[in-house]
Amino acid sequence: MKQLPIYLDYSATTPVDVRVAEKMIPYLTTLFGNPASRSHSFGWDAEKGVETARQQVAALVNCDPKEIIWTSGATESNNLAIKGAANFYSGNGKHLITVKTEHKAVLDTVRELERQGFSATYLSPLENGLVDIEAFKAAIRPDTIVVSVMLVNNEIGVIQDIVTLGNICREKGIIFHVDAAQATGKVEIDLQKLPVDLMSFSAHKTYGPKGIGALYVCRKPRVRLEAQMHGGGHERGFRSGTLPTHQIVGMGEAFKIAREEMAKENARIRALRDRLWAGLSDMEEVYLNGDLDQRVPHNLNVSFNYVEGESLMMAVKDLAVSSGSACTSSSLEPSYVLKAIGRDDELAHSSIRFSIGRYTTEEDVDFAVSLIKDKVTKLRELSPLWDMFKSGIDISSVNWVHGTESHRDPEKVAA
Amino acid sequence: MAYSDKVLDHYENPRNVGSFNAEDEDVGTGMVGAPACGDVMKLQIKVGENGIIEDAKFKTYGCGSAIASSSLVTEMLKGKSLDQALEIKNTNIAEELALPPVKIHCSVLAEDAIRAAISDYRSKNGTQAEGYEACKSAA
Repeated sequence: MKQLPIYLDYSATTPVDVRVAEKMIPYLTTLFGNPASRSHSFGWDAEKGVETARQQVAALVNCDPKEIIWTSGATESNNLAIKGAANFYSGNGKHLITVKTEHKAVLDTVRELERQGFSATYLSPLENGLVDIEAFKAAIRPDTIVVSVMLVNNEIGVIQDIVTLGNICREKGIIFHVDAAQATGKVEIDLQKLPVDLMSFSAHKTYGPKGIGALYVCRKPRVRLEAQMHGGGHERGFRSGTLPTHQIVGMGEAFKIAREEMAKENARIRALRDRLWAGLSDMEEVYLNGDLDQRVPHNLNVSFNYVEGESLMMAVKDLAVSSGSACTSSSLEPSYVLKAIGRDDELAHSSIRFSIGRYTTEEDVDFAVSLIKDKVTKLRELSPLWDMFKSGIDISSVNWVHGTESHRDPEKVAA
Repeated sequence: MAYSDKVLDHYENPRNVGSFNAEDEDVGTGMVGAPACGDVMKLQIKVGENGIIEDAKFKTYGCGSAIASSSLVTEMLKGKSLDQALEIKNTNIAEELALPPVKIHCSVLAEDAIRAAISDYRSKNGTQAEGYEACKSAA
């Protein structure tokens, strides 16, 4: 048995694969040159590392290496793609479309552009988390220039129909950006077939180091962007800044491993996830958040009714999981993704996201199932709402007495 | 989220979980809070002929501090008279559990639950008037 807590939060981040770490280290101490140094072998060796990695990343997603730009991570890629395209193409219009369930790196970027004078539509997804294609079509205006929809959602793991959405955008000459941070190594990505103009990648979700990512910028047809980082014109002017060779080599190696091992790994992980769901869904009043089929094999997001969220998180401290997503787990607000798919506050609060990964074992899953079952049962035994549910009372019809009113008006005290 | 040892203890080993029959003459039931607020406490007292609280039970939907507050209250109530029980202040509860400022409201709700339970008992047993003297707003 591994040491506690058991890590089931791979969607938050992944450990760097040992093979990746080994590839990176020489570039810290021996092959430390600046890849932009044209005049000596320190630079040439570093550049070689960078270009090999670029090919490895391009190979995973089947694009031309020239279409890969290095960034500091998917957040920066999202910023560069959306701000870069919106600003470049603002002559054609100033309307943007995205979805309420996007990562904050997209939502906050769009919000910032609104502050700068753009207008935006935030689509509500269907209850299963998928974009409503008809609603999407209806939202398009003559002045729409950029659309951003993530391929895989970080909280509920659903896979969007990028092909259909992309074809609609192509038809109308709208730039289509896809945040694929949670998708690499989990679903097939073939940019020769996908009608996508810009795609963001992250290393640390795919067993690479944190602090490095990439942006795919389509060359056929050529997509233009206004650079967000200036200073030297690196990466063909798209993104200035000395390239972190060791980070890039790490990302390349991680993506190479992903390409080689994805099929087998996904089959194993899907089996583990299904085992987890089978164990948890054995209890009453357990709700799956997001579509089960249109979903990556790693993710399970579940709400446990009649159990309060914070007490639930305290109960499962032997599991490293998150309620909602990592970025919202420090605040006490219910997950905005779960609210966007129609979950009321209480169910949104009492949710847990499990995300399985390369090092998860069957033992880990069985431990999680038995811990959750035990704790949820105990918390329900403590819960007056569970009592009421069991005796058939419709909780939504109860006239609740809030706090201090109880002793002022005896008639209102619920017996 | 750092919980005090006392809170963790009540959370892992809650005292007096359960229910009495709310219809019984010697039982007072107080239910306070609301699901939308994230805290619902049901507190019940069983009062002997001599007006002493013989037993108490609770059920709570809420965070660790809410569970601990109501669990502690059931312990504090046993053996007290109704008037003595009304003297229990949320500050006593909060101090005993070392609640951080953001969780003080759990102790306030627990104090309200005591008042509600006593009020319910008294209205069933015809001594309602006394219930309101001690009714000063909670700190």
